[in-house]
Amino acid sequence: MRGWLWGGAGLLGLVALSLSIGAASLWTSDLNTGWLIAVSRFPRTAAALLAGAGLALAGVVVQQAVQNRFVEPGLSGTPEAAMLGLLGITLIAPGAVLWVKMAVAALAALAGTGLFLALATRIPRTDPMLLPLVGLIHAGILGAVVTWIAWQADLMQYLGIWQMGEFSGVVQGRYELLWGIAALAALLYALADRITLLGLGADAARALGLDYRQTVALGLTVVAAITALVVVTVGALPFVGLVVPNVVSRFRGDNLARNLPMVALGGAGAVLAADILGRMLRHPYEVPAATVFAIAGAGIFLWLLHAAPKAAHG
Amino acid sequence: MIEIRNVSLSLRGSAILHDITAGLPQTGITALIGPNGAGKSSLLHLCAGLLRPSGGVIAVDGGDVTRMAHRDRARRIAVLTQAQALGSRLTVGDLVGFGRWPHHLGRPREADRQVVAEALALFDLETLSGRQVETLSGGQKARAFTAMAWAQSTPWLLLDEPLAALDPRFARDLMARLHAMSQTGPQARGVVIVVHDLNAAALWADHVVALRDGRLFADGPAAEVLTPATLGALFDTAFGTVDTPRGRLVYPA
Repeated sequence: MRGWLWGGAGLLGLVALSLSIGAASLWTSDLNTGWLIAVSRFPRTAAALLAGAGLALAGVVVQQAVQNRFVEPGLSGTPEAAMLGLLGITLIAPGAVLWVKMAVAALAALAGTGLFLALATRIPRTDPMLLPLVGLIHAGILGAVVTWIAWQADLMQYLGIWQMGEFSGVVQGRYELLWGIAALAALLYALADRITLLGLGADAARALGLDYRQTVALGLTVVAAITALVVVTVGALPFVGLVVPNVVSRFRGDNLARNLPMVALGGAGAVLAADILGRMLRHPYEVPAATVFAIAGAGIFLWLLHAAPKAAHG
Repeated sequence: MIEIRNVSLSLRGSAILHDITAGLPQTGITALIGPNGAGKSSLLHLCAGLLRPSGGVIAVDGGDVTRMAHRDRARRIAVLTQAQALGSRLTVGDLVGFGRWPHHLGRPREADRQVVAEALALFDLETLSGRQVETLSGGQKARAFTAMAWAQSTPWLLLDEPLAALDPRFARDLMARLHAMSQTGPQARGVVIVVHDLNAAALWADHVVALRDGRLFADGPAAEVLTPATLGALFDTAFGTVDTPRGRLVYPA
């Protein structure tokens, strides 16, 4: 209970900080404060919260589906697959409306995630570090194809935006798709028990009456949709789905009916903190949130790997 | 009754089971015995509906197990497999609680909580219920998983080597409990176990099915199958018997 209080208070503090800092000061500039918040600061804050929560949840789903806590969609090819879809639709139908592009990106992300899952079922499980490496290679190959096509089609500029998650371009009217993540999070919460059961492995889950394949398919569809939403609106943010679920699991275990809200809260707070840090480091210039997170996240992950496991209790 | 009719199984091109026909009675404990690699675990997986036979049919209480709806199957058959390398961090209480999932689908009622509390008490897990399963010893883990299967409260309980990690006290307690719950009565359950400890089978099993090289080798009441002649041929080694106050035991001579 105290964890929730601290978490909630911390998140509120971050939100207040995020609303108040930026290139233009809220108090001394000529701009109307209310207007500035409504058009720029609030959308930016909400986008960071939604993207962070979504990516952390996506991480948990993939980790349970492959029973390996060292993988996450952002480091196993899902964003690259979404980019491939985006490139494809941009080349075939440049004038397509946003939701069509979004749908194509999500379908491509689903195909990429499915491919990763197929690889995961085929490699031996004896060494848990093998799967993350396979994921990185899978992501690398897809990424190379993406870069090659973008280079050939002179679309490298787009690619840069998709690959580097950051929130400086987020203003009213350009991020609202991300609210879709709130709906997907609610869906995942309804599936929390089923996703926990996936983590027990196919045999145990099926013995308890779970339709294993259908649940995996549904979970990965949600993962693909979240990833595509984030890539399209703010760009890829790797490590979020790896670090946040691992920190939560370390202290609170894996019963998702209890922990899913904490995972979402943690992801939201972590990405918002990375964005705030990125705004402050070289004020008034900015460092992309993805860069900040990759540095901090990699550090935290190394600590997680090496710190002695703590006796956790749910 | 679990009816196994002309069942064969091939996995990735290699034949595991050949044309097996046997009936596992609803009353009493049925022990599956046989040398390593005989196909005992595969047969148990087939009976639980976790594998699909390449040929033949397995009918549980009259219904083809591969055609049952997932939830119906989970309320009829509980199965404990050997693969308990649990990667996820769950407490013992949560794990045993998931045994009730096929009944409540995420909304446990008072009756579900009672069964879980009973299971924890029965398997001496009450003091461990807040512990993470991954921090338990092998024997404690085995008890936690067996308690989960027990909490499923199914007419059939299928256990793959439930004794492997247990110390003598818990092994005896488990067999005595399985024996008691498998006898006739309103709560009677059919129990099927894969065992290597032939004397656990000799002391507690009512019915024995012996497999060798993926084929049915013997099938009948325990006293008729667990003889030096049959066991000798089954395991390619001579067996003797010794009479004890608890019953007739067998030993490799």
